[in-house]
Amino acid sequence: MSIAAIGTLAQTALELGLFSALVVLALFLSYTMLNVCDLSTDGCFTMGATVGAVVAIMGHPYLSIIAAMAAGILSGFITAFLQTKMGVDSLLAGIIVNTAWYSINIAVMGGSSLLNMNKTETVFTKVGDALEGTALSGQYKLIVALVAVALTVIFLSFFLQTRLGLAIRATGNNPDMVKSSSINPVFTTIVGLCVANAFTGLGGCLLAQSQKSVNIDIGSGMVTIALASLLIGNAIVSRGSVTKRAIGAVLGAFLFRLVYTIALRFNMPAYMLKMVSSIIVIIAISGPYFRKQLPLIRRMHELKKRGVSGGNE
Amino acid sequence: MLRIDHISKTFNPGTVNAKLAIDDLSLKVNKGDFISVIGANGAGKSTLFNAIAGSFFTDSGQIVLDGEDITLMAEFKRARKIGRLFQDPMRGTAAGMTIEENLTLAAGEGGWLSRITSKEKEHFREVLSQLGMGLEDRMKQPMGLLSGGQRQAVTLMMATLQPPSLLLLDEHTAALDPGAAEKVLAITKDVIEKNNLTCLMITHNMQSALELGNRTLMMNQGKIILDTAGEERAKMTVQDLLDRFKVSAGHELDNDRMLLQE
Repeated sequence: MSIAAIGTLAQTALELGLFSALVVLALFLSYTMLNVCDLSTDGCFTMGATVGAVVAIMGHPYLSIIAAMAAGILSGFITAFLQTKMGVDSLLAGIIVNTAWYSINIAVMGGSSLLNMNKTETVFTKVGDALEGTALSGQYKLIVALVAVALTVIFLSFFLQTRLGLAIRATGNNPDMVKSSSINPVFTTIVGLCVANAFTGLGGCLLAQSQKSVNIDIGSGMVTIALASLLIGNAIVSRGSVTKRAIGAVLGAFLFRLVYTIALRFNMPAYMLKMVSSIIVIIAISGPYFRKQLPLIRRMHELKKRGVSGGNE
Repeated sequence: MLRIDHISKTFNPGTVNAKLAIDDLSLKVNKGDFISVIGANGAGKSTLFNAIAGSFFTDSGQIVLDGEDITLMAEFKRARKIGRLFQDPMRGTAAGMTIEENLTLAAGEGGWLSRITSKEKEHFREVLSQLGMGLEDRMKQPMGLLSGGQRQAVTLMMATLQPPSLLLLDEHTAALDPGAAEKVLAITKDVIEKNNLTCLMITHNMQSALELGNRTLMMNQGKIILDTAGEERAKMTVQDLLDRFKVSAGHELDNDRMLLQE
């Protein structure tokens, strides 16, 4: 493989990694911090993409980003409301919202399951035009994604140190302690999921606009891909400040895409992506579990080898 | 200050497991009271605390704190007035967050988007140094690294950063080793005295139940069977308590841990 080819590989991985990094950061907030596994992620991601696309096609490239994030907040609010106020189990709430959004997303796209943005003005075309003729021309996708991820990391590392952020982290850690600090864990759960899903929506919006089209399947499997990235990131940076761990999550997203991109080079068919991400999630979660079980398994083995003698007299 | 009026609570009502945990219980707590609560296992001591703190709503009756009806007030709202420590030292703090972050949440000052100020940090250092555990130099460490005794001591500080109207201590030294238990108890007495707190404390140690505070309650089967203070209490011995229990309950007090204490 030539150096140029490796360069292209890394760049593809970096771009794709940065788009999914937004979702990884969303899960960093909802899964790692708030301890809620938000299964509405796929639907919310698609909603960000469809709402963003529709608003951009109407001729509002900047507003489309705000609209996508607002859609994400709404989606997060409904998921959170179901699990905190309506007695719906947290996993089930995510699944229900995810299913409902399939219909809503097609409705947003005017009954079609595909929208084309070939001639639509977006943040990407704007930045692309602005960079025309400079050394960075052609790198506009990377730059937009990089800025979005950087802003998200900065926001999160600030937000999670505020009193509200601390309360959200404590809710995932020990809800009893939150109550005894006179804070309503229902409130912190709702705010946490709203903020997290704003980033999921943003991720969907930017991915769709960068590839100039959106289809109803754009978010399918996103939650597993993001979870795999998050767990890889957690393996790299498991301790330290929130900022360090958020950066670890972004690195995880990049690393995941890199491994995947390399696998594609070795003729792994593209449709295997979701299988690979599922396997990574399984390894990342069950790996530590089996490592804990290992001494017991060894001991069982030894006792078996030793056999039984006496004890019967 | 705290007035409990004929409260009752049945768990699993209408099933074979139905248990009347609090049985038409009334209690008046005066400002500045430091009450020790004793009773056999399952007598309803912790259930009474849960009812006061709002972990569940009672089936009937009324609870008034500081002139405010809190009978149906949400647990987190009551927490503004009620501080609480559990037997399990892990329950009062968030293990994954630093000592400083835990204290910040408990202090409850500033707006939602405010961050911890250096003035607050200085205040926390001062509070922690009172414990004499060297924790003031470990403020950036996760709470999970602390021992049970240290965590319980910090929890006590967190509960009293904003002095509560009522402090509920549910055997908060029972899970600690004897040395740590003694230390946490000393800190407890100190904090209560300094802030002139009104406090209810469940204990299984009958001797310290009589020595600590100004009033002792004994519970059995969801009722208060003894409420003693003043001179009567001052003359009481552990044997008297056991006798009184037998008279009221009709059988010997069967609490393994209590008997082991003798």
